[in-house]
Amino acid sequence: MQTGDSIPEVKITPDAGLTKRYAEASGDPNPIHVDEEFAKNVGLPGCILHGLYSMAQVARANTAAAGGDPRSLKRLAVQFRGMGFPEQEITVTGTVKEERKGRIVVDTVAEQNGNGIIRNAEAELEPV
Amino acid sequence: MTNLPAMPIDTSKQGTTYDAAEFEVEAARISQYADAVHEENPVHRDAEAAKAAGFKDVVAPPMFVVVYSAPAMGPAIWDAIGDMLPRMVHGGQEFVWAEPVCAGDTITTQATLAEVYEKDGKGFFVFESVSKNQDGDEVVRATWTNIVRGV
Repeated sequence: MQTGDSIPEVKITPDAGLTKRYAEASGDPNPIHVDEEFAKNVGLPGCILHGLYSMAQVARANTAAAGGDPRSLKRLAVQFRGMGFPEQEITVTGTVKEERKGRIVVDTVAEQNGNGIIRNAEAELEPV
Repeated sequence: MTNLPAMPIDTSKQGTTYDAAEFEVEAARISQYADAVHEENPVHRDAEAAKAAGFKDVVAPPMFVVVYSAPAMGPAIWDAIGDMLPRMVHGGQEFVWAEPVCAGDTITTQATLAEVYEKDGKGFFVFESVSKNQDGDEVVRATWTNIVRGV
């Protein structure tokens, strides 16, 4: 992985039941992710993806780029921007920014229909 | 977004360190989480595959941090944000990983409300947490930025 290289793109379409499965797996009880009516009552267009689920897709893309060993992801910092929705394809792309103290630094973005849902994501990788 | 009536944020809890909370890591929780986030590596499901890769047992994907941190973060967020929870969105997140987390580990997480401030009609609640395993080795250090709309 050299500075300027793209990491392999990851594409995933979370199905309609995903937010419920993620809520159970993660233990996040916030109803804005699983209760359509509740979400609308607090001003959202409908159930939204968990930000940390979207972040997990960014983590997955970076881990895969480093060879797939979970130990290779050393740091990940993200900003959540905009809302992610079920049943719409997420595309994760990234570019190697630099090498920093022996680690590969990757700038990563997650988008849905051209809208950034995760921006300014910076991963630090140490391939195992 | 719907216009919400303004509600002042409570900054009095800035600096609070919350009680540490433990989480016992089970292989079934790891594989359930791996399924939900589409992590396909067999080291997250199969102890033999994990051992062959140098882990002592089924290993958690890095983002499983959200699962073992929940018993500490849930009460901290509830205490700091409380009634304003329905207006909360996640603004940013940072994790710095150290030792991997495997089935059979007991992870202890302690959270601090590092910073509370208001900016552009939003309340920012920044939590920091540190998680360690049963040997006292750090497994992750995290910064959680939560934003409350309409303050």
